[in-house]
Amino acid sequence: MDALILSRLQFAITTIYHFLFVPVTLGLSIFVALLETWYVNSGSYEERIKLKKLVKFFGTIFLINFAMGVVTGIVQEFHFGMNWSEYARFMGDIFGAPLALEALTAFFIESTFIGLWIFGWDKLSEKVHCLCIWIVAFGSNLSAFWILVANSFMQHPVGYAIENGRAVMTDFVELVTNPYVVGEYSHAFFAGITTGGFLVIVVSAWKIATDDVSREMFVRTLRRATLYTLVGLLGVMGSGHMHAQYLAQANPMKLASFEALWETENPAPFAVVADINQEAGRNDSEILIPKMFSFMVHNSFDGEVKGINDLQREAVEKYGSGYYIPNDVRGMFWSFRAMIGSGGLMLLIVLATGCLVFFQRTKIREHLCCLKMMPLLLPLPFIANSVGWYIAEAGRQPWIVVGLQKTAVAVSPNLSANEVWLTLIGFTAIYLFLAVLAVFAAVMFIRRTKITEEEA
Amino acid sequence: MDLNVIWFILITVLFTGFFVLEGFDYGVGMMMFGRPQNERGQFVRAIGPVWDGNEVWMITAGGATFAAFPHMYATMFSTFYIALFLMLLALIMRGVAFELRGKFKASDWVDFWDYSIMFGSFVPALLWGVAVTNLLRGVAIDPQMHFVGKFLDLLSPCALVGGIFFVLLFAFHGANFLLIKIADKGLLHELQQKSLRLGLSTLLAYVMFAAAAAHDTDILAKLSTVIFLGLSIAAVIASCAGAHSGCGCKAFASSTLAIVFLTVGFFNALFPRLMVSSLMPQWSLDIYNAASTPHTLLLMTGAALVFVPIVLCYQFWTYKVFKARVTPQDVSYH
Repeated sequence: MDALILSRLQFAITTIYHFLFVPVTLGLSIFVALLETWYVNSGSYEERIKLKKLVKFFGTIFLINFAMGVVTGIVQEFHFGMNWSEYARFMGDIFGAPLALEALTAFFIESTFIGLWIFGWDKLSEKVHCLCIWIVAFGSNLSAFWILVANSFMQHPVGYAIENGRAVMTDFVELVTNPYVVGEYSHAFFAGITTGGFLVIVVSAWKIATDDVSREMFVRTLRRATLYTLVGLLGVMGSGHMHAQYLAQANPMKLASFEALWETENPAPFAVVADINQEAGRNDSEILIPKMFSFMVHNSFDGEVKGINDLQREAVEKYGSGYYIPNDVRGMFWSFRAMIGSGGLMLLIVLATGCLVFFQRTKIREHLCCLKMMPLLLPLPFIANSVGWYIAEAGRQPWIVVGLQKTAVAVSPNLSANEVWLTLIGFTAIYLFLAVLAVFAAVMFIRRTKITEEEA
Repeated sequence: MDLNVIWFILITVLFTGFFVLEGFDYGVGMMMFGRPQNERGQFVRAIGPVWDGNEVWMITAGGATFAAFPHMYATMFSTFYIALFLMLLALIMRGVAFELRGKFKASDWVDFWDYSIMFGSFVPALLWGVAVTNLLRGVAIDPQMHFVGKFLDLLSPCALVGGIFFVLLFAFHGANFLLIKIADKGLLHELQQKSLRLGLSTLLAYVMFAAAAAHDTDILAKLSTVIFLGLSIAAVIASCAGAHSGCGCKAFASSTLAIVFLTVGFFNALFPRLMVSSLMPQWSLDIYNAASTPHTLLLMTGAALVFVPIVLCYQFWTYKVFKARVTPQDVSYH
């Protein structure tokens, strides 16, 4: 394997790992902020003690996750220069700006105010302290916005010109208001709400089942978390659908690859499952729902959807000879289904949990067994997030910036395969090691912490 | 003054902020070597509320370099590939350590994370010294701005002296920070003596670094640089005097000035270059051939002029909120 493929693998591993923590930060920061607002506005003395403990409880889980997100994020910033120097040269005039703005407007506030929040319980007034976590939540979500502005340019370049062999920014407003950002950001934002909320559901359910003295408080967080996650799930589905419809115009190759639609059809069927033969450019066998894909794209059972082979011919006309089909259509097809499947399953779980905590509250003790099994479902949002990014980025190939630069020419030319092997193994090893320690610390903390009326 | 010069100044400002603020964070981390666990806890607590915000100065310096001088970002980060990899591993362990060390009381658990903080502070300090020296000393950059040398070329004696110098300077700066943050009188007395010893070692390393750099680079070619470095050395001496007389404020303020003058002097020597090519002087990266377009530079100038002062305001406020000295009782497991 050469430095190019190893660098791609390294970027994929480190990004996916980083994005295990990011959505939790996005969603859980807001949830903790809501909890603290509840605490600040609550009345009785006993209730306040318990709510404060609850804020600190979910706050601690948030902080462990936040630390992992921060340290793995630095790696991502350095990567663009370390492994993708030719990309950085070609794109620096455009890509550097949102990255620097992310640091200036978002990283600084989240990192400064998180320190105030952790250590400021006795030094700040309750309201100011609560404001700190809201600022952290705002900063985190703003940083996601800037990085997705940068990513959206790679998927769908706007507001640029090519001068002296590099892309230069001609219109910053156009860059920031790229319609691609709307779909990507709203999808990521709601995915964050879903992931953070689902984590609270799982933790609360497990505490209800295993911790008698804290049960009552976790029933209350479970109620709130089901609503919160439901909002997230509806948002993620709505924005995902919108974005897919937008992709039909902005990047039809990516959309056709999600669905393994090889030939342009009108009306186009939806393949539930398919045996994909990428070399031959067709599906060897498939199970189809007639007209369904057209309906998903056009809200009507007629309407043309372009197929991969036709789009390849168009790309050859436009960019010259070459292979413009993402080289892992099979992986994208199944990843897309894994994402939708995880989302659907989460919706069922959240609805069932909601029924239990809202309408069958007195019978909750009869279902402790079920609640105790909830941690087994925790991977669902993380699977959805990971495969979601996989299809977004694999669907961009062979381009690093669609239509402007190919991934193959973006890698740092001075790197040897051995050097990248070293860093690939190094990052992977330390990431696995830290995952074990962080999960261990979090689980032990969750297990031993009690939410009672006694003063801490 | 054109935008490229303004951006050179802004990059200097960001690196100055980074070295001053992370400098004492790294230094405090290194000061933990050989101290008992309860004292290490106090040291960690002293920088606990602020280290994360300080680290963003480095991230911003990197991001701003990407935006304003993308070729410098590309060449520098790919040239120092292995060094930055090691630095990232160190920073990863250090960052997680702050969060996880207090999660269990078991002595081995705390020790493990404390060593992560110690090495995670030492390694970046060393590598930044090596990297910065190499920017001026020159690395093998070809006309296409690609590094064509080997990793070991970066470890010249001069660069290593630069690395050791940074380690000592930051350790000294960190010791001085502890002088204004620790409440315990006995510990403070010990730290004061340690700071003085570190200050004198820093002075020695400074002279060695200046000599090595004068031999290997054109650092002393400009009179203005000589003045800045002279002021910086004078500040180190003033800082030692502060430590000697037991005045932590004076010691810390002076070591802050020493780092400010050093960074300004260094970038002044580099100007208008950004990375020197050891192969041919004309292949060096400078503020014109490595820059973004005037459009982007103008946009980013506006952003920096608005946001950097805001950042300074709320970070200053944070230091005010946490201005109290750390007592042994403050160190609790959270």
